[in-house]
Amino acid sequence: MSKKVLLVDDEPNIVAALEFLLEKNGYDVKVAANGVEAIAQLDAFRPDLVLLDVMVPKLSGYEVCQRMRAEPKWRDIKIVMLSAKGREVEVNKGMSLGADLYVTKPFSSAELVATIQQLLEHRA
Amino acid sequence: MLQGWVVVLTSFAYIGLLFAIAYYADRRADAGRSLIDSPYVYSLSLAVYATAWTFYGSVGRAAENGVGFLPIYIGPTLMIALWWIVMRKILRISKQNRITSLADFVSSRYGKSALLAGMVTVIAVIGIVPYISLQLKAISNTFAVVLQYPDIVMPAKLGTVPVLQDTALFVALFLAAFTILFGTRHLDTSEHHEGMVAAIAFESLVKLVAFLAVGAWVTWGIYNGFGDLFARAAAEPKLAAMLTPFDAVSGSYSSWVWLTILSMMAIMFLPRQFQVTVIENKDEKHLNKAIWLFPLYMLAINVFVLPIAFGGLLHFPGGGVDADTFVLTLPMVEKQELLALIVFIGGLSAATGMVIVETIALSTMVCNDLVMPVLLRMRALRLNERPDLSGLLLGIRRGAIVAVLLLGYLYFRVAGEAYALVAIGLISFAAVAQFAPAALGGIFWKGGTRLGALAGLAAGFTVWFYTLLLPAFARSGWLPIGFLEEGPWGIALLRPLELFGLGGLDQITHAMIWSMAANIGAYVGVSLLRAPGPEELRQASMFVDVFTRPAPVGGAGFWRGKAPAAELQNLLARFVGAGAAQEEFAEYARTRGLEPSALGPEADADLVYFAETHLAGVIGAASAHIMVASVVKEEALTLDEVRAILDEASQVVVYSRQLEQKSRELEAATAELRRANERLQELDRMKDDFISTVTHELRTPLTSIRAFSEILRDDPKLALPQRTKFLDIIAKETERLTRLINQVLDLAKLESGAAEWHTKSVDMREIVAETVTGMSEVFRERAVRLELRMPGIVPPVHADPDRVKQVLLNLLSNAAKFCQADRGRVEVSLLEERDAVRVDVKDNGPGISLADQEIIFEKFRQVGNALTDKPQGTGLGLHICRQIVERLGGRLWVESRVGEGACFSFTLPVPRHRHTLSARTA
Repeated sequence: MSKKVLLVDDEPNIVAALEFLLEKNGYDVKVAANGVEAIAQLDAFRPDLVLLDVMVPKLSGYEVCQRMRAEPKWRDIKIVMLSAKGREVEVNKGMSLGADLYVTKPFSSAELVATIQQLLEHRA
Repeated sequence: MLQGWVVVLTSFAYIGLLFAIAYYADRRADAGRSLIDSPYVYSLSLAVYATAWTFYGSVGRAAENGVGFLPIYIGPTLMIALWWIVMRKILRISKQNRITSLADFVSSRYGKSALLAGMVTVIAVIGIVPYISLQLKAISNTFAVVLQYPDIVMPAKLGTVPVLQDTALFVALFLAAFTILFGTRHLDTSEHHEGMVAAIAFESLVKLVAFLAVGAWVTWGIYNGFGDLFARAAAEPKLAAMLTPFDAVSGSYSSWVWLTILSMMAIMFLPRQFQVTVIENKDEKHLNKAIWLFPLYMLAINVFVLPIAFGGLLHFPGGGVDADTFVLTLPMVEKQELLALIVFIGGLSAATGMVIVETIALSTMVCNDLVMPVLLRMRALRLNERPDLSGLLLGIRRGAIVAVLLLGYLYFRVAGEAYALVAIGLISFAAVAQFAPAALGGIFWKGGTRLGALAGLAAGFTVWFYTLLLPAFARSGWLPIGFLEEGPWGIALLRPLELFGLGGLDQITHAMIWSMAANIGAYVGVSLLRAPGPEELRQASMFVDVFTRPAPVGGAGFWRGKAPAAELQNLLARFVGAGAAQEEFAEYARTRGLEPSALGPEADADLVYFAETHLAGVIGAASAHIMVASVVKEEALTLDEVRAILDEASQVVVYSRQLEQKSRELEAATAELRRANERLQELDRMKDDFISTVTHELRTPLTSIRAFSEILRDDPKLALPQRTKFLDIIAKETERLTRLINQVLDLAKLESGAAEWHTKSVDMREIVAETVTGMSEVFRERAVRLELRMPGIVPPVHADPDRVKQVLLNLLSNAAKFCQADRGRVEVSLLEERDAVRVDVKDNGPGISLADQEIIFEKFRQVGNALTDKPQGTGLGLHICRQIVERLGGRLWVESRVGEGACFSFTLPVPRHRHTLSARTA
């Protein structure tokens, strides 16, 4: 069965690009436009990995990450944080909140896909 | 219970208790845990003001004059309110100069004049003797009354009792012995009598409790409370009259005023008050509490005066019972033996407390300021050669105590019968009031001189003697009574009670007016005649400027003497003992960080000053000055030199003030800098945030562009529709990027002021029409209906037309973006206001909540419907619009309610005059 990726971002064009990329690589993709929706999808969709933009409405990516790491049933889900904010503090914050990876926008699509693959294989 | 032996035994037991308290307090003081270092003990010791005169005499005076007894207690209450200014200064001065008595204080101020000290002493002794006799009278009279129990018999007339059978004589002698034991057991350089003060404080409690007990008993025991008592009194016409304050006292208003002033002076300058308030004070801070505690005591001890007086008058209507004894005779006639005994002990407390403190104070003065200076000058006595004078000092003091009490007794025999208690007390008050001009003038006026003080005191005292003391003698039959009625040698103008024809006043008021006029007149007049000499000037400066002068300059700075250190130490040793003197010198060395041996053979000015002030602590400033002068070769400072030192001192003060000023300015500047720095940091943080936000905004479209470019590159076989769609996104995102970069640059220009403005007179109708036409394509695309309303003519505004178009364009595209998707409607209106032209752009979109209405004008703050779609834009448009409109002198704002669309409006001012217009162009 193909791995499931939850894509959390509110920039429609970025979502379009990522969705296309991931589906092409055989992932089952679902999109959440804000943090609250993302939390809801964790149980509904049961993703293996979350691509999480930091600057999403309602509940920020940091908060989503924090909640996921506080909840045992979500602890195995991989988290890749995406952000156009690339300052060191922000990267550190994301990593210390329990993200597996912090990727700064704009990113290389090939590299991102490779990383996701690596993360998910490692898990299996 | 009131047999003679019981009364005597109780009295002795009570006095034994006082000794025990005094002994305990002395022991505690020696152990360094002072019992009297408390504001409460201090306040109670001040209540030595309330003597037998208060205890018995107030009722006597109230029985005669109604509320006329009150000024004696109102005065101190008023005065004590001024103590923060007056007494704090006296305390500070006295501590700095080791003042030992009132005489010492006055003489110190006027160049340590021995003559002045002697004069103050003589006046004090003569003035206080009647007061002491009053206490003797009170004790012996009440003793006699108590002994007659259960009968109420007034004591026999004095003349009929032989001296050797007179109780008063034995009371006097007994009190003398008692005082000697209390106050002169040892010499103390600081002249503190801790045991005595503790005992006095205790006595103050006892007399208060005794008086309150009898007062409460009369009010609620005999009568049914204040209401009943006053109602009965009011029923008697004679008593009713006493309740009106000003009719009851002869001389009315002026009497009240003068009695109040008189007691204001008394609370300061009665020797015993000066002793407990100043000399025995342990800590300046005790004043703070005393300032309200002491008036409270005064109030408490006066509450029952009128009830007892009325009770007595109602009880003994015949007048056969002296009103001065009501406090005692009321319990006696009602057979309240225990209460009568308590009252007697209370009265004894009041009298002994006063006598002890007063005679100790007087004996210190007599010894230090009268006898010693004379003895020291008598070379025949060879006092200079005696190794230890402390025994002599004690002897003199003990002799002085006995002498003062015997004088009191003498006065009692001579004049005591002629006056009630209060009248005698007032004579004493008037005498000590004579110290006020010299003492108060001395701490506030540098111009007062030794001669002025001497003249003032002499004049005031002479008038007092003539108008108060001589009449007292005349009334007692000591002088022909014609002296009062016709004046000396029949000269009516010199009648002591109506001097120079000033009649219609009571005796005290009359005496006060004349003596104060003479005293103040002479003090000021003579002082002004001649400028102060060097010694006077330096002392004046030390007194008047005690709070402002830096301490080191205060004393030794004026000295320029040299003396062998050993001789100085010997000198001190002769008065305080060799051991104590050695300790003092070692202490002096320690405070300067020296070994005692390192002081050197020659004493410098500091050491001389130190020795003199310490000696002054034992024998007073005047005597100490004489003694030190005998071993010191003082180079007399000239007036100019003293002035120079004073000037220098004041320059130091001025300089230190300037320094303070500078340091305050520096602090202010530092604070200013800190604020500026914080502001800079804040700005820096804002800039940092701005760059971070801009970066974010740039990266977002870049991300899409890069992602789709890579998709297109890596997947050449992509279907055409998808390909076209992705390329379209790339193009749009590139546009967005360009727009953002342009706006950021635009904003930077606007904010830095570098933007170019091409202002000219503009017709807003044209601008609106052009912009709307330009936008019509966009509106058509989105199927938004546009309505335009314009008046036929609007006044021209002064503006940059391109910038105004930019604003309008921005508002219109926002409106197009946010209005309802299928039934979009936008209204543009141009209106003329009073001084401006206004443009409204109204849409029918979702509206903006009140909370967001200001936020949208901030940088990078957008309000979009996040659930559906993110609004397209940079988040800079409205911010830039507001900058432009405000730069053009107008206003940009929004009015909206959620669900009812939004209306953005801006105004542009219409120039009122031609010249304003041209100014703007420039």
